[in-house]
Amino acid sequence: MERFDAIVVGAGPAGSAAALTLARKGFSTLLVERGRSPGVKGMFGGRIYSWALHDLLPDWAKDCPVERYVVHENMAFLAEDTALTISFDSPKLGEGRSASFTALRAKFDSWLAKKAQEAGAVLVTGIRVDGLWQEDGRIRGVLVAPNDRVAADVVVIAEGATSVLTRSAGLKADLEPREVSVGVKETIELPAEAIQERFGLGDKEGAAFVFAGQASLGLRGGGFLYTNQSTISLGLVVSSEDLAREKVEIQEVQTRFRMHPAVQRWIRGGKVTEYSAHLVPELGAGMMPRLWGDGVLVAGDAAGFLINNGYTFRGVDLAIASGIAAGEAVEAARAAGGPRAANLQVYEKFLRSRNVLPDLERFRRAPLYMKNERLFDVYPRMLLEIAERLYTVDGSGKERLADIVLREAGAAEVPKWKLLLDLLQGARSM
Amino acid sequence: MSPADSNARPLRILVCIKQVPKAQELQVDPVTQTLKRVGVPSEINPPDANALEIALTLKDRHAAEVVVLSMGPTSFDESLERAVAMGADRAVLLTDRILGGSDTVPTAYALSETIQKIGGYDLILTGEETTDASTGHVGPGIAGHLDLPQITYVSEVRIVDGTVRARRTAEDGTEWWQTAMPSLCTVNFGCNKPRSPTLTGKIRVKRGGVIAHWSCADVGIDPKKVGLLNSPTIVAKVDTIRLPPRAGHIFSGEPKETVRALLEALIRDRVIAP
Amino acid sequence: MTDGHGLEDKSHFRGVWVFLEGRAGHLRDVSTQLIGEGRRLADLRGTPLTGILPGKGVDALAEQAIGYGLDRVIVVDDPILEIYRSRPYAQVMAQLIRRHKPEIVLFGASKNGRDLGGRLHAILETGLAADCVKFDIDAEGNLDMIRPSFGGKSLAHILCKKHRPQMASVRRNVFVAPPHNPERRGEIVREVVELSPQDADATLLEFEEFTKEGGLRPEEADIVVSGGYGLADPKNFALLQELADRLGGAIAASRKAVDSGWVPKTLQVGQTGMTVRPKLYIAVGISGAVQHLAGMQEAEKILVINIDPKAPLFEIADYGIVGDLFEIVPELVRQLDALKGGDASDRRAVPAEAR
Repeated sequence: MERFDAIVVGAGPAGSAAALTLARKGFSTLLVERGRSPGVKGMFGGRIYSWALHDLLPDWAKDCPVERYVVHENMAFLAEDTALTISFDSPKLGEGRSASFTALRAKFDSWLAKKAQEAGAVLVTGIRVDGLWQEDGRIRGVLVAPNDRVAADVVVIAEGATSVLTRSAGLKADLEPREVSVGVKETIELPAEAIQERFGLGDKEGAAFVFAGQASLGLRGGGFLYTNQSTISLGLVVSSEDLAREKVEIQEVQTRFRMHPAVQRWIRGGKVTEYSAHLVPELGAGMMPRLWGDGVLVAGDAAGFLINNGYTFRGVDLAIASGIAAGEAVEAARAAGGPRAANLQVYEKFLRSRNVLPDLERFRRAPLYMKNERLFDVYPRMLLEIAERLYTVDGSGKERLADIVLREAGAAEVPKWKLLLDLLQGARSM
Repeated sequence: MSPADSNARPLRILVCIKQVPKAQELQVDPVTQTLKRVGVPSEINPPDANALEIALTLKDRHAAEVVVLSMGPTSFDESLERAVAMGADRAVLLTDRILGGSDTVPTAYALSETIQKIGGYDLILTGEETTDASTGHVGPGIAGHLDLPQITYVSEVRIVDGTVRARRTAEDGTEWWQTAMPSLCTVNFGCNKPRSPTLTGKIRVKRGGVIAHWSCADVGIDPKKVGLLNSPTIVAKVDTIRLPPRAGHIFSGEPKETVRALLEALIRDRVIAP
Repeated sequence: MTDGHGLEDKSHFRGVWVFLEGRAGHLRDVSTQLIGEGRRLADLRGTPLTGILPGKGVDALAEQAIGYGLDRVIVVDDPILEIYRSRPYAQVMAQLIRRHKPEIVLFGASKNGRDLGGRLHAILETGLAADCVKFDIDAEGNLDMIRPSFGGKSLAHILCKKHRPQMASVRRNVFVAPPHNPERRGEIVREVVELSPQDADATLLEFEEFTKEGGLRPEEADIVVSGGYGLADPKNFALLQELADRLGGAIAASRKAVDSGWVPKTLQVGQTGMTVRPKLYIAVGISGAVQHLAGMQEAEKILVINIDPKAPLFEIADYGIVGDLFEIVPELVRQLDALKGGDASDRRAVPAEAR
């Protein structure tokens, strides 16, 4: 039988980061991916915050398949056919640890998995690990078929949001509908020159948009747009509970979002080349599953390491950081006598020092905040009406801004104290 | 395990495979009129995959070593790796530029020599034919070269008391044949469902050392007997097929009406009797 | 076990040979069809046409074969040859070819014909072209062996210039059998080839004949109703059987339907299946991959029923219905029944001579 010190299931960002860390530390490591190659099954919005990559591979920027560095941040509130956009431009956005960039998963994940291979990990693709090989209450390896098992001292589960193995290891309860959002994403082809001209970008520069309000038809959630080299990623994340309640299909929301004039102007003439949909587990730190057991750790999406506060969609950075932490925990457990649950508990310490847990806890109110539908419906509408009045000159005389705000708040039937509370709450969770 | 397995040496089963363009991707270059091979996804010739499945099934039942053999460019490693990942023990690729352009005569000769070099074989399996050339000549050709018993067009192979028994599909029925070992069987396309690669098998491939590359010199193949110039047949030219013009009466619309119109036409044209 | 006869002076090689296969006292169709084409080639080359008939007690078959147009038959009568076996048959052919040096040897591309040809061409080290659909003689007197390539998309001209004999196989129903003339006289030559019991290196343990369920085999039927992936479910072949019954035809299938496990491989039409040449080929729910065309494009008339108007098969259709096969086929059955007042079992294709 084949045997390794460690097996990592899933060659996404979390899995490859874990395998790379383990291989560097001298563990014989197997990295198993179910897709034909890493990233083909990968789903995400389109942007990666680079800080964790800095920690894993300090010179990542040399050959990382970056599409564009995001230097233009935009937040757009949509109403029926109007939009209010707040832009923030800074060339500094694309530099140093705080740089973020757009990427294509097929390229990015393959690149990262290759780094793990270069460090000595054995990468096997096209194999779906259906189960964990468990004996006497501990994990002994992985199981593909009754006579196809591979042994290991420890298994790192980085299987993504499907979390089949995580559950079979007894590490996670099934998600309830309210904890899940539905994500859809279209890839729209446009020539690189057209993208640069439309968004006012340089060669390697990129733009990012988040959309609120009518983007999700007022349901909790939001839209996003990222520019890649010669494609645009356009998508939505919407509460599945709201979709079910309103009996709306996500495809319909996406179609109407795509047809909004404020979205159309960016993508017109483009060709949709890909469409994908998947479930996004909307977990905060409060809902995190138990992340370790005897001979097993969970990292990345499978562990619920995602942040979505309506303005920032984060996952890949947390996945990478948690993969590093998993590798560090396995090493520490070995030093402590083996990967038993008690020794793997140190994982939490590393998740903390790698800033995964602190960030998640800081944003833990975000899911609750997101449940405040005023943010997604009332305020965007209010802002837009204010803007409309501000910019509509019809010779009827101009009101003072404060009057307009208060009157709109009144029209939207939001008591003033609530307005204040929302603002405070929002500021705190951001 | 059957009593035959009590012999000291495990059985050695050789499977000859070819890498071919995926059937549904078959494309002809409009300029050169040859099969496009560059940039077209490849696969193990499907009947060869069925032959491999038979070998692996025999390996499941008996103590057997399965060796996969192919002749072609090093890009064929892809298929040999897949064969090992499916469960073959090792693979040999006969690869040499002087083999280029060989028709079935040199191919059968070169594979036979390679089989001799591997040696110690009890059973040789090939697919009934390849999907890209579809001659079906190489398997029987190898048996001819090596002077082995052959059973062609088989769907099932058993090893019973040191003999090979195979179920052959003929035009009029099925035949069960028996031969001594070693012998050669060619395997029907679609007679089984080839297994998927296993994790264990893929790891063996990754660890390396499972595929040997041999040149003609390694094997002792006479360079004067292989390659384009030493092939008896040549493709003198290729014509695009011009099909006879067809009437092209296409009916569409409401089923009752279209069927009525069709039957009228068939009877009028005396295709069916009124 | 090979020899170097290939490069001998090719002018020593003369005559056209046809390997004859019999079954139950009759020549197989493919053999009679080959005699017809062999006759044409022998006349073109101005040489005699010889049939080769190994077997046991096959004199009557030899007589019968002459009636199709042979000048002579070489009979090798030996108990070992009673049933077809690769090694002794290949020995016989190899020795006869070395003895008589024919210029051209034709085989039926039957299971046994391919089994034999493949083994023999390696032993003799000479060219063999599989599944030829047409022959010519080129300016230098070589046999131009024309066969479909690339799954039937094109025709390749194969030449075997330096080696003799030039060998080729031909599938059933590619050529038309000549009429049998019982008056025709020819020579029957008995030859002996040394065989030992060890040459019978394979034993036939069992033979189970295919049951003729559903009546006709597609190769023999005047009307073939063939189903493809569009049938969606194996049980829907019953629909096709109903239609075939009304027309006195046989059912067949595309590779996709066979691969899906809906019908046995023995019903597969196409490159890796059989070639049919019926008077009417009805393709139901078959889009028409080139591999399929290779097996049916010689049909006299082609009727295509498909819901997709862009199905490639429509391009070679004589008749077509764009529509849902689950509506069209039952409607066809209904209207055929109505035409015959319910008794439609004897509807047949119009015989060729009546047209």
